[in-house]
Amino acid sequence: MPVVIKKSNRWRVLCGHIGLIAFIALTVLPLLMIISISLRPGNFAGGSLIPHHISFEHWKLALGMSYQDADGNLVKPPFPVLLWIWNSMKVALLSAVISLTLSITSAYAFARMRFKGKTLMLNGLLLLQMFPSVLALIAIYALFDRIGEYVPWLGVDSHWSLALAYTGGVAQHIWLIKGYFDSVPYELEEAARVDGATPFQAFVYVLLPMAVPILVVVFVLAFLGGMIEYPVASVLLHDEQKLTLAIGSRLFLFNQRYLWGDFAATAILAGIPLTAIFLFTQRWLVSGLTAGSVKG
Amino acid sequence: MTARDSEKLLKKAAGKPTRYGFESTATDKALAPSMKRSYMHYALAILGCITLMAGLELVTLLYTAHQPIYAAVTMVLLAITTYIYVSPRLYAYRYVVPGVMGVLIFIVFPMLYTLGISFTNYSSRHLLAQPRAAEVLLQKSTAGDASLDLKLYAVGSQYRLQFSDDNGSSFVSKPVDLPLGNDVDHDLNRSIHAGPVSVILQPTPKSAPLTGEPLPLKELIKRQAGLKQVVAVLPDGTELRQSSFTRFAQTKPAYRANRDGTLTDNADGSLIKPNPNSGYYEHADGKPLEPGFRSFVGFQNYFRIFTDPAFHEPFLRIFSWTVTFAGLNTLLTFAIGIVLAVLLNWEALRFRGVYRMMLFLPYAIPAFISIPVFKGLFNENLGEINMVIEMFFGTRPSWFSDPVLAKSMVLIVNTWLAYPYMMILCMGLIKAIPDELYEASALVGAGPLTNFFSITLPLILRPMAPLLIASFAFNFNNLTLITLLTGGSPDFLDTQVPAGATDLLVSYTYRIAFQDSGQNYALACAISSIVFLIVAALAVINLRLFKVNSQHA
Repeated sequence: MPVVIKKSNRWRVLCGHIGLIAFIALTVLPLLMIISISLRPGNFAGGSLIPHHISFEHWKLALGMSYQDADGNLVKPPFPVLLWIWNSMKVALLSAVISLTLSITSAYAFARMRFKGKTLMLNGLLLLQMFPSVLALIAIYALFDRIGEYVPWLGVDSHWSLALAYTGGVAQHIWLIKGYFDSVPYELEEAARVDGATPFQAFVYVLLPMAVPILVVVFVLAFLGGMIEYPVASVLLHDEQKLTLAIGSRLFLFNQRYLWGDFAATAILAGIPLTAIFLFTQRWLVSGLTAGSVKG
Repeated sequence: MTARDSEKLLKKAAGKPTRYGFESTATDKALAPSMKRSYMHYALAILGCITLMAGLELVTLLYTAHQPIYAAVTMVLLAITTYIYVSPRLYAYRYVVPGVMGVLIFIVFPMLYTLGISFTNYSSRHLLAQPRAAEVLLQKSTAGDASLDLKLYAVGSQYRLQFSDDNGSSFVSKPVDLPLGNDVDHDLNRSIHAGPVSVILQPTPKSAPLTGEPLPLKELIKRQAGLKQVVAVLPDGTELRQSSFTRFAQTKPAYRANRDGTLTDNADGSLIKPNPNSGYYEHADGKPLEPGFRSFVGFQNYFRIFTDPAFHEPFLRIFSWTVTFAGLNTLLTFAIGIVLAVLLNWEALRFRGVYRMMLFLPYAIPAFISIPVFKGLFNENLGEINMVIEMFFGTRPSWFSDPVLAKSMVLIVNTWLAYPYMMILCMGLIKAIPDELYEASALVGAGPLTNFFSITLPLILRPMAPLLIASFAFNFNNLTLITLLTGGSPDFLDTQVPAGATDLLVSYTYRIAFQDSGQNYALACAISSIVFLIVAALAVINLRLFKVNSQHA
């Protein structure tokens, strides 16, 4: 950017590197510590960052395997971690499928059609997506509690009700998908319609195949949202066999039973895939967010 | 745009109404006759019919569940939806319906329901609907005079019950099933609905006792669940219910129902009326009977929040901390984010891709993992952070019991979690700033600080404004952070309701509703409704800023 390169510039670059590295070291330190903790024997913290003695006991427990401790006792996994991961995936997939299905056609109509109340509805969606579901936690709990009296599989402690409770992201998804549809040129659909396609056929056979990237991204975002959600799940699920990972992992860290090492291994086991997926999709997420505010 | 406009004009000139409300309608005439129905159309039609039927089923279900208002609303929505899918004039709305229904059901309805609860007395003391509370009262019984001893005799997989009274007369039942289990289901609702089993007793002559030994007490206790449901009927019609493990006693219902919805106390014939203001069935002198029922209490919860010092005082404290927290966090993360973004956009710097990745990492890790990690690291006795601090300064700060330290810890952790988001947003916006501005400032000889404060910051602020407000609103309601990190502690010692120094308004409502023994859902909903208003105000401001931006863009 600067046209004239000054002598002091080299020093500035060096300072920049040092500053960034120091900052990164500070922010990454907790992550390194957690890896170190998961490899230390025992459940008490303490010791250096690089463990003197590496033990895979916590990892075995996290993967649902038992191990023999130094005294020859068989230590069993404290919690069904793999089951929790499976529960989380079930709920997250279900909610992602439902909310994506609900959003696609609306996004198409908002992007391509003209009808009364369109601006009003779009603004309404933009306003409503600001309201987090945590504000309606009690209503969500009370509703599913009451529904459960008549329809037990849709009550408290059910994965279906949790998946439905997560569907509130629809407003945001409609905006994200609409933004993408807006950027796809209309000419191809028009050509299809000249050839006799109905608007619905033009949408399904022409626009949707071109919109696969955004559908994947929204699906992954909805899925991740379901995987990491805490408050709603903590209210709706109580049975240990039904918990999702996000609320189950909390059971490791009670003051009376502080399973620090087991928690660390579980956290890494669950965290790596989620983090990887997020890093992979964040580009689209962020561009969607800024597009929403900058381009409109 | 101009092409569409001219198309519109053409259409106007032709005087043709737009079919489907589609933006380009010039082709409609061509396709209308040749429109083919594919399998997909039939599949969708079948799906629609199934949905309609499911909807009707829901209406009947709601109606039988004594929810006529919900049944009516659902019916109206179903009718509107069906009309939309049948009427060709409303073609565009067919596409909008699924999304809008989703938003109405999953966002708007829970909000309205929250608002509704805030006007009731719904809490652990007023859990049941009024008819249910009456049912529970009618199930209550008082002991009568007769009392008999019980013995069980096994007959195959069934059991015969033998009763003997103090006078020596004895009665026996036919073989009955007795399920295993120590106690009836604790679920109040279910125990009401599981019907009692009537067992007719016949007198047995003493000379012909039952064969075999009676079951030992241990076996009898195992079958309590079944015995609790047994109503033994003596030949004279007296009903006996279990009064202790081995005794059955004559019981009388304590209350009887009157036609006008009131109850009568069988003991003294006094009248018991439901009082919707207190949410209890009450004697004439105002003595309440448990359990209470849900009732409409108007603005009572709001009055309590704003006038009752017990709620008013912690509410104000928590409110001011919530605003401080959300504001400071937005500022801190924005400050860090913009500085990092400027650095990462500096072309003279190498390895920017690696730095970007590493700096983004905290945001990518799920909060339910990173927050407990911090909770462990900040642990006062075992945590790594205190070990380091002790090594250098010789003290162990009490991060979780000192209010100021707890608040700073919350801020530190949330800054760590959220700065990458701001950084990424700022990076995108800085890229959009034209290079000419920096070239011009370089010609004048301006330094990096001048560049930052006179070019970068002012140009970024306007597009950032709505995002900053969204971030403020998000942090305002950051329940996950507080529940997972501190749970609101350290708690205030001088308040009656459970509330703590790091509690945000949402975590406060969470505690009132789900952690406090009173489980005051209604009060929590009232606070939530107040937060709705605040969020709504922020959302409207946001929409305004958004509009301004999109006009400039």
